[in-house]
Amino acid sequence: MSYQGKKNIPKITSERLLVKGGRIVNDDQSFHADIYMEDGIIKQIGDNLIVPGGVKTVEANGKMVIPGGIDIHTHFQMPYRGTTTVDDFAQGSKAALAGGTTMIVDHVIPDPGCSLMEAYDQWRQRGDEKSCCDYSLHVDITHWNDSVKQEVESLIKEKGVNSFQVYMAYKDYYQMSNSELYDIFSFLAERGGIAEVHAENGEIIAEEQARMLQMGITGPEGHVLSRPEELEAEAVFRAITIASQTNCPLYVTRVMSKSAADIISQARKRGNVVFGEPITASLGTDGTHYWSKNWAKAASFVTSPPLSPDPTTPDYLNTMLSSGDLSVTGSAHCTFSVAQKAIGKDDFTQIPEGVNGVEERMSLIWDKAVTTGKMDENMFVAVTSTNAAKILNLYPRKGRIAVGSDADLVIWDTDSIRTITAKTHNSAAEYNIFEGMELRGAPQAVICQGKIVVEDGTLHVVSGVGRFIPCSAFPDFAYKRIKARKQLAVLRAVPRGMYDGPVSEFSMSRGGTPSASARTSPTKQPSRNLHHSGFSLAGNPAQCGPTIPDDIPIRPAGRRIVVPPGGRSNITSLS
Amino acid sequence: MSDCRRQWNREDELPVYLAGPIPTGPNQRKTYGMFSSVEGAFESKTIDFDNYAVGRKGSRTPRSGSRERVLDAGDPVGKTSSEAREGSLTNSPGETDDQQAGVEVRYSSGKESPNGESERLLIKGGRVVNDDQSLYADVYIENGLIKQVGENLVVPGGVKVIEANGRMVIPGGIDANTCLMKPYLGTPPADDFLQGTKAALAGGTTMIIDHVTPEPGESLLQAFECWQEAADKKACCDYSLHVDIPQWDENVKDELELLVQEKGINSFQVYMAYKDTYQMTDSELYEAFSFLKQLGAVVLVHAENGDLIAQEQKKILGMGITGPEGHPLSRPEELEAEAVFRAITLGNRVNCPIYITKVMSKSAADTISQARRKGYVVFGEPITASLVTDGSHYWSKNWAKAAAYVTSPPLSPDPTTPDHLNTLLACGDLQVVGSAHCAYSTSQKAIGKDDFTLIPEGTNGVEERMGFVWDKAVAMGKMDENQFVAVTSTNAAKIFNLYPCKGRIAVGSDADIVIWDPNSTKTITAKLQQSASEYNIFEGMECRGGPALVLSHGRVVYEEGKVQAQQGTGRFIPRKHFPDYVYQRIKVRNQAKNQQGVIRGLYDGPVYDVVPTQTYITPSPSARTSPTSHQPPPIRNLHQSNFSLSGSQIDDIVPRRSGQRIVAPPGGRSNITSLG
Repeated sequence: MSYQGKKNIPKITSERLLVKGGRIVNDDQSFHADIYMEDGIIKQIGDNLIVPGGVKTVEANGKMVIPGGIDIHTHFQMPYRGTTTVDDFAQGSKAALAGGTTMIVDHVIPDPGCSLMEAYDQWRQRGDEKSCCDYSLHVDITHWNDSVKQEVESLIKEKGVNSFQVYMAYKDYYQMSNSELYDIFSFLAERGGIAEVHAENGEIIAEEQARMLQMGITGPEGHVLSRPEELEAEAVFRAITIASQTNCPLYVTRVMSKSAADIISQARKRGNVVFGEPITASLGTDGTHYWSKNWAKAASFVTSPPLSPDPTTPDYLNTMLSSGDLSVTGSAHCTFSVAQKAIGKDDFTQIPEGVNGVEERMSLIWDKAVTTGKMDENMFVAVTSTNAAKILNLYPRKGRIAVGSDADLVIWDTDSIRTITAKTHNSAAEYNIFEGMELRGAPQAVICQGKIVVEDGTLHVVSGVGRFIPCSAFPDFAYKRIKARKQLAVLRAVPRGMYDGPVSEFSMSRGGTPSASARTSPTKQPSRNLHHSGFSLAGNPAQCGPTIPDDIPIRPAGRRIVVPPGGRSNITSLS
Repeated sequence: MSDCRRQWNREDELPVYLAGPIPTGPNQRKTYGMFSSVEGAFESKTIDFDNYAVGRKGSRTPRSGSRERVLDAGDPVGKTSSEAREGSLTNSPGETDDQQAGVEVRYSSGKESPNGESERLLIKGGRVVNDDQSLYADVYIENGLIKQVGENLVVPGGVKVIEANGRMVIPGGIDANTCLMKPYLGTPPADDFLQGTKAALAGGTTMIIDHVTPEPGESLLQAFECWQEAADKKACCDYSLHVDIPQWDENVKDELELLVQEKGINSFQVYMAYKDTYQMTDSELYEAFSFLKQLGAVVLVHAENGDLIAQEQKKILGMGITGPEGHPLSRPEELEAEAVFRAITLGNRVNCPIYITKVMSKSAADTISQARRKGYVVFGEPITASLVTDGSHYWSKNWAKAAAYVTSPPLSPDPTTPDHLNTLLACGDLQVVGSAHCAYSTSQKAIGKDDFTLIPEGTNGVEERMGFVWDKAVAMGKMDENQFVAVTSTNAAKIFNLYPCKGRIAVGSDADIVIWDPNSTKTITAKLQQSASEYNIFEGMECRGGPALVLSHGRVVYEEGKVQAQQGTGRFIPRKHFPDYVYQRIKVRNQAKNQQGVIRGLYDGPVYDVVPTQTYITPSPSARTSPTSHQPPPIRNLHQSNFSLSGSQIDDIVPRRSGQRIVAPPGGRSNITSLG
C-alpha cells in the first residue's frame, strides 16, 4: 500500500483506526481478523495487516466485533398534539449509540392533509442538525390522493426513501380503507417501495374503546382491553392478503403478539414476501403491567399494538425471531414524560402511545435469545443489523463488516451484566419499561463512522455528525422474488366465440359494478362471425330436457380441462 | 277399529306439540333443551337397544315372530330388557290387547287405505339412522308426526305399510341455503319455490331454508312477507327463511327485532362483499353482530373482501378479460379466507356465533377449522358445488357452460378442493351442507356475456346435495352414515333451532323421512333433473346413493323416481331465537367475560397542557381538565397523605420509580405518584 510506514498527515490520524484481535461476526460467518478503517470506511480485513504508522489501535482481546446495530424503527422528536417526544435526535441517537446501535431509521409522520415532502424536509433538518449517528427515514402515508402519490414517487426517486408506512388503525385519522391500501400497495410495488403497515383493526378498536369507556374503564388497562391481540392478528392477515394480491413486499411493524407472529410465519410458509418486526418491548416484557396500581407506571407501557398480557409472549417472539420467521428488530422508541402521558389520565384513549427501547434493544436480544440458546451470534447480527440493511437496500454498506463497508462496528462484550434502570439510561424519560431487568451482553466499544464513540461506558458523541443515508428503490432482498412473480402472474382470457344465445331482458337498476353496457346484442357485431355455423351442438332440444346432447358442450364434470386438438367449437345455441 | 281409533285419539291429549300440526311451533319444544329430545321420545315401547343395535342383527327376531315375543314378555328368558319392554308396553297410553288384534290386520289391509288414511303410515323393516346411532326399528306415522319408533309396534288396522327391506331410514335432509326467489336485475331465478322444492324432494331433502334478499333500502319485513306469500303458495316441502340484511341502520334494527320476536326468524345474513350495495364496513358488522347476538339470532356471513374484489374486477376488466374466467381471477380464494378470518375475529370480539355460508376453498375451511380449535363459536357450510366440482370449468371454451359455474365465492380452481372439504366435513370441522341453489337460465346468465361482473351468480345443487355427500364422503369411507345424517340434516336443525322436530327420527318429530338406498347409482344430467335450468354443473357425474322414497309431513312425495308433491303443501316453520346448540356457550362466556377496571388513586402528578384536538380517535370527555377540577374536592381523599412511599431516599433527586412486577404488598399500596 502506498501509505505504509508514513507518519505524516496528522489531521486525519484520528480517522484511522485499527481493531486488533477481535472475532468478526457477520450474519453468515465468524472469523478472527483485524480491521483497519480509514475515513469512516473499512479498508482492510485480515491478519497481519499492513497499516500506516501512528494508527490508533483498539485491542479487542478476542471479543466479538459485530456490525453496528440498525434500529429500523424510532420516533425521535415526534410531534404529538403540540408537544414532542422527550427524546430528540440528539438524545435518542445518543441512547442508540450507548446500546450498540449505530444507525437509526426514524418515521416521518405528516399530519393527515399535510404534505409528505414538507414533513420529510422538517425531519431531515432535525436529523441533520442533531443526530449523533447515521440515520435514514421511513415516511408514513397518513392520507391518500393523487398529490400524495406524486410526493411518494419523488420521495422514492429523489429523496432516498424506499419504505412507507400505512395505518390500518386510528379510525378517522390515519386509517386507510382496504381499497386505499390496495391502491397504495399496487403503487409501491410498481415503484419498488416497501409497504410497512401498522396492523390493527381500527374500526373494531373504536367500537371497543367506546364500550370500555362506557363500562367505566378509563385507566391504562382499558388500552389493552380495547385492543385485544386478535385485532392485531386480523389486520396482519388482511394486510398480507392485500399485499399478496398486489404482489407487493410487506413489512409488518411492531409485532406484539403471538397470534400476529403466527400469521406472519404461516404466510411466509406459503411463500408470501412479508417481514415481521418485533420490538424491544414485545421481546422483553409483557402487558401485565397495564394493571399496575401505579398509574404512571401503567401508562408508560402504553403503545400500539399493546403489549400482550400473555406473559409467555416475549419468549415466543424470541423463538420466532431465532427461527427466521420474524426478520428484524426495531425499538419503536417513542418516549413521553409522565406529564405528557397524563394527558390521558381520565381517558386511556388520550394517553400518548410509545415506549422506550432503543438503548436496550441489542442487549435484550442477546440476553433473551442468544444466552438462552435460541439463536447463534450470526443470527443475532442478522436480526439486529444485517436484515434491516438488506430490506432498506443499504447492504453491504451497512450491516456487514467487509472491505468497503461503513466503519460502524461494535465490540460486543458477552459477559458484562448490567441492570436496566431509568436512573442510568440515556433517554430523557422518567420511566423505563425494563426497569430492574438484568441483561447479559453489552457493547464494550462502539465505533461509528470510524470514530470511537463509546468506550467502557463513556460516551463521546457529537451531535450533528450523523448523515442521512439514502435508500434506493427495489431492494433485492424483497424484490427479487416479486419481480420474478410479476412475470409469471400474467393472466389471460379464454378465447371464445361470441355467445349468440338469447339474453334476458333486465333493468339496470342494481348497483354492482358500473361497467360497459352488457346489453349489446350479438347482431351488432358487423364482421362475420367465423365461429357461427349452421351446425348446432345442442341439436334439436326437446322442451323438457334442453341441451345436453350426447356430443356435449358440457364435458364430464370434475375433470381438468383438456383442450382437444384443433380446438373446440364453442357456440352455444340454446334454440 | 273405531274403538281403537278413539283410544289413539287419547294420545292427542298428551303434550300439545306431539299432537296437532305445528303452528305452536318450536316454542314449547324448546323448553326441553337441546339434547333431551322430545319428551317421551325414548319411552318407545319396543326399542331394545341391546338387541336391535346395528351389527347385532342375529338377535333380531323375524317380523312374523314379533307378536309372540311381546306376549312372552313374562317369560324369565326375556330378562330385564324384555321386562322393561313389557313395562313400557303397559305404561304407554292406548296400548291394549284390542290393538294387538289390530296388528294382525295390517298385513292384509296394508296397501289399501286409499283416502284419508294416507295420514297413517308404517315403515317396516328399515334401519333407522340418526346422527347418534343406527338401529333396526319400524316407524309409525300419524298426522304427519312420528308416533312410534321401535320393533313390534302396535298400530291400528288399515295402515299403509312401506316395506324398507333393511334399507336406511334417515331424517329428511335440510338444505340450509337456497335462493329460490332471489331476483337478479328484476328477473327471478329459473327455479321458483315449486320447482326448487320439487327438486329438493327428489334429492331427499324435505326442508329448505331460503334466503330472503331485500334490496338495499327495501323493508326487510315486506320482503319477508313477499317471500312467505310466494312460498306458501308454491312450496311442496316445509320451509323456513333466512333474512339477508342489505344495509345497516336504525330502521333495520326495529325490523330485525320484529322478525325475531314475532315472525320466527332466527338467522340473518350479512355481506362482506358486493361493494356499494350489500357490503358492510367492519364497524357496521360489529354493531350488527352485537345487536343480533342480543336478539339471540344466528349470524350468517357471506365472507369475501368486497373492497379488494372491486379493485381486482377493475384490473381484470382492464386487462381485457371479460369471460367467466375473470370471475375466479378477480375473487381469489385468499380474499375469501381473509374475510372469514375477519368475520371470526369480529364474532369472537362481540362474542356472537358466526355461521359462514358457502365455504368454497381450502384456505377458508382451514381458517374455520383453526378458529374452532381455538374455541370460537363458528360454523362452516360448504355447498354441493364446492364439495363436488372445482373451478377449472371457468376456463371452458363453452361460454354458457363456464357461466353456469359462476357463483360467489367462486369454485376454487384447485382440483383437490372438493376432497379437502369433504374431509373437513367428515371430521366435523365443517358442520352443515347447503346447496346455495340459485339457478338462472342461460339467457339470464348471458346478461353478463360481455362482462363477467354482470353474470348472475348461482349454481344448482339442491337435488344433488344428499346424493353427492353420500358419494363423495360416505362411499369413499371418509364419513359414516350417522355423520351423514348430521351434516345433511341434524346439524342444520340444531343450529337453526328446528331440532328435534326436524333432523331426527324420534317419537314426536315431524314425519320427514327418507328411505335411502346406498346402492343406487345414477348419472346426473340436466335432462332428468327437476330443476328448470338448462345446465347442470354436475353433468355427467355418477352418483352413488339416492333416496328410494321420500316422506314429507307423513305423505309419500317421491317414489321410484317420481315426485308426487302437491304445490302449496309446504308449511312455514317458525324458529325460536337462542338456539341452544349455538348459544349455550355464548351465554356462559357472556358471564365469564366481565371486565373490570383497576381501582387506582387519582393521578395527581403534573399534566402536560395540550391543545384540544378535534380529531383524535374517540370523542370522549375532554382530556384537558387539570387535575384539580376532576378531583371531588369535598371528600377527603384518604389515599392522599403526607406520607410518601418514597420517603426521603437517595434517589429523591431522580424523579422515577422502578418497574418490577406488581406485587401487592399486604394492606395494599398507595398509588399516588408524587413525582416532585
